[in-house]
Amino acid sequence: MIVNGESSEIRAGETIAAVLNSLGLDLDARGVAVAVDGEVVPRVCWEMFALAEDARVEVLTAMQGG
Amino acid sequence: MIRGVAIAQTDTDPLVIAGRTLRSRLLLGTGGFPSLELLSAAIAASGSELVTVALRRIDPAARGSLIDVLAGAGVQLLPNTAGCYTARDAVLTAKLAREAFATDWVKLEVIGDEDTLLPDAAELLIAAEELVDEGFVVLPYTTDDPILARRLAGVGCAAVMPLGSPIGSGMGIRNPYNIGLIREAVDVPVVLDAGVGTASDAAIAMELGCDAVMAASAISRAQDPVRMASAMRHAVQAGRQARLAGRIPRRLYATASTPEEGLPDFGPV
Repeated sequence: MIVNGESSEIRAGETIAAVLNSLGLDLDARGVAVAVDGEVVPRVCWEMFALAEDARVEVLTAMQGG
Repeated sequence: MIRGVAIAQTDTDPLVIAGRTLRSRLLLGTGGFPSLELLSAAIAASGSELVTVALRRIDPAARGSLIDVLAGAGVQLLPNTAGCYTARDAVLTAKLAREAFATDWVKLEVIGDEDTLLPDAAELLIAAEELVDEGFVVLPYTTDDPILARRLAGVGCAAVMPLGSPIGSGMGIRNPYNIGLIREAVDVPVVLDAGVGTASDAAIAMELGCDAVMAASAISRAQDPVRMASAMRHAVQAGRQARLAGRIPRRLYATASTPEEGLPDFGPV
């Protein structure tokens, strides 16, 4: 699967929690949002949401801007 | 009396957006600050209570947390949708920002091209309507078009944010007449966004009737951002006071402020 534009070692069936873990983030990380295949995945679903082999995951946070 | 003026500025003349009362009429953009320390000092100097943030891919190697700095400053976050070129992307970004920052406020930007960074009016209106329907408090970055501003207010935007000139250009307000027309066209707050280059631009915006000014690059890219933040704070206050005070009309010829009566006659030269 693709995480933030780069291919990831995370395998199909693993959850968003695993993706966050690979980025050094906890489930309660502040100011973080996740989209999978162009859809928002609410924080309450991160532990259960199983990712497909070809999932495109975006893990986003606050940056200076505007 | 000086005490009375101070009270008038802070307590009896607040900015209200979507039912939220703000004592400062200066919105601060966080883009372009060379460090979080400078950003933090500039927020304090600006007095701003509403501060924009963008949403980008997380960088695990990034040092320091913008979120922590802003939380420490006690400001309200205003997530933006900068970098979005379609209504779809802007709506999705707003929803992600709501998840990330637990706020339903959004500074809606839908950009038309990368050279001018001017808003794409058609996409902007579509996105604004959809986000209002989704329960967002929408503050759209818009052109200085009074008709578009009215359409945006009409679909339920909580404020309109017309540009003075292109983002980061520092060219000030290129069409002050349109900004004045926008103030008359809508009942929601008008926040002058983009183009402010220095303090006088902010004062002019307020004198034209804007309810607030948003500044980012003008402060963050100034040689001394903290001093410029303070200058902007005072310019916004001065411009607001001047607007409320009511300026004199412009005239081609002089009007003596000293009475003619009682002039002595010194005889022939």
